[in-house]
Amino acid sequence: MNTAPGRRARITAITSGKGGVGKTFLSANLATALARQGEKVLVLDADLGLANLDVVLNLFPKITLHDVFTGKNTLDEAILETGGGFSVLLAGSGMVEYSRLTPEVREQLTDVIRQVLPRFDRILLDTGAGISDVVLYTVSLADEVLIVATPEPTSLTDAYATIKVLATTQNRRDIRVLVNQVSKPGEGRVIRGQLQQVVDRFVSPGLEVPVKLEFVGEVPIDPAVRDAVKKRQLLLECLPGSGAAQAVVAAATRLRA
Amino acid sequence: MHEPGGRLGCKSNGARSRRIEKPPAVNPTPPFPQSASPDTLRLERALSLLAQSGQEVPAGVRGSMPWLQSLIDALCDLSSRDGLTGLANRRNFENAIARESDRVARSGEPALLLMLDIDHFKHINDQHGHIAGDLVIKAVAEALNATVRPMDLVARIGGEEFAIILPNCPPAFGTAVAERIREGVQERPIALASGQPLGCTISIGGAYAPQWVRSTPSVWMERADLQLYRAKSEGRNRTCLEPTPVSVVSAEEKGLLFASSIFGEDLS
Repeated sequence: MNTAPGRRARITAITSGKGGVGKTFLSANLATALARQGEKVLVLDADLGLANLDVVLNLFPKITLHDVFTGKNTLDEAILETGGGFSVLLAGSGMVEYSRLTPEVREQLTDVIRQVLPRFDRILLDTGAGISDVVLYTVSLADEVLIVATPEPTSLTDAYATIKVLATTQNRRDIRVLVNQVSKPGEGRVIRGQLQQVVDRFVSPGLEVPVKLEFVGEVPIDPAVRDAVKKRQLLLECLPGSGAAQAVVAAATRLRA
Repeated sequence: MHEPGGRLGCKSNGARSRRIEKPPAVNPTPPFPQSASPDTLRLERALSLLAQSGQEVPAGVRGSMPWLQSLIDALCDLSSRDGLTGLANRRNFENAIARESDRVARSGEPALLLMLDIDHFKHINDQHGHIAGDLVIKAVAEALNATVRPMDLVARIGGEEFAIILPNCPPAFGTAVAERIREGVQERPIALASGQPLGCTISIGGAYAPQWVRSTPSVWMERADLQLYRAKSEGRNRTCLEPTPVSVVSAEEKGLLFASSIFGEDLS
């Protein structure tokens, strides 16, 4: 996005290629960790068609992004404070009609982001799964991209495909990688290394500047995660001592570097 | 001056939706007297329009159902063509691109949209007059028609602007196809009324329909338009196609991706 006067927030798009890898769960908990580290954070539910950030946060507000788009409510009325110390802008139901990237949807989304930019230090865009043009457009608005992958071959393949598309269509040269659900320490780094190796061999040769994948962290498989999700609570709130929670905090610290 | 996104207001939805207007309930008189014999239908304007455009006046018994059907068909055809070139007009094009964009979303076929613009057309008009300008537009239209497949749709969508929809055109051939079209125009001699030959070139921008599912015709047109703008600003008489995002992961890539021991059977 263009640097407008009064601009402040750094926009980080969180995307994954494949769904069900914990992208939304990580978005919410990373936001909590970033807020605790002193950032004023807004999580924007950018999965317009199939949003479920509301489920993760156990928040079902009456006023959502949908009402802002239709002009029923103001943006301020739709921004909510969460227990994690950060703000959210939820898409809400009825957003299915926005799952097609029309010029109007694009304008409305850009306009909303332009308005919240001066008011936050960080905006996390929780994008949809897949590489639809809505997802690609949302990612194009961000300053940086964080890809969430798991060690599963399907997730890895989709993460790689996403990296490839972002490198060739958006000229992304620095892409951050966070590996979720690792079964042993070090697995995340190995996975980043594998992805980098394939990118070096098949993607970068066609580009003037090679693509660099930056390792942001690995989050272990942890029963605490399932407990938090079941209780619809933030992991960092209900089980801050768990391995997964500590890994998220470490990832947030690296994200700020 | 060609601007990117200048034609964004593609009225695909408006063009597709039709409103059927009912006669007001207070007035029971239908627009046509139902008892009228076919001879009283006011057809002269329609017939003279057809005659003027060089279309054949329908054969058969005047006023009969088949005759009326051919008349309607001829009028539909007339209203979907550009008067000067006989190419599809803008209305026809917007209908076609909406249909094609829905079709490829289902079939996943590669479809290419090209936007074309005659280089320095204003200069041709200023230098040689509007009649010469029309001549150039017609010659370009003929050249375009001569270089595409029968299944492709060539449309004149503005003064010196054209568009071509190429269904089922594999990305590997896209540039070659567009270049052939560009060369076809460049190599076609145009003779002015004075007998003076005139050279004419076009710039081409192109984009493939998105291989992911959800999109709209206006976004597709905008992407092709952006490439046309690029072709213009890079010096004209050239083709610029949007680099196709390669989201397909080959077996070779997968092989290397899973080469690590963590994907092996031995996880110890």
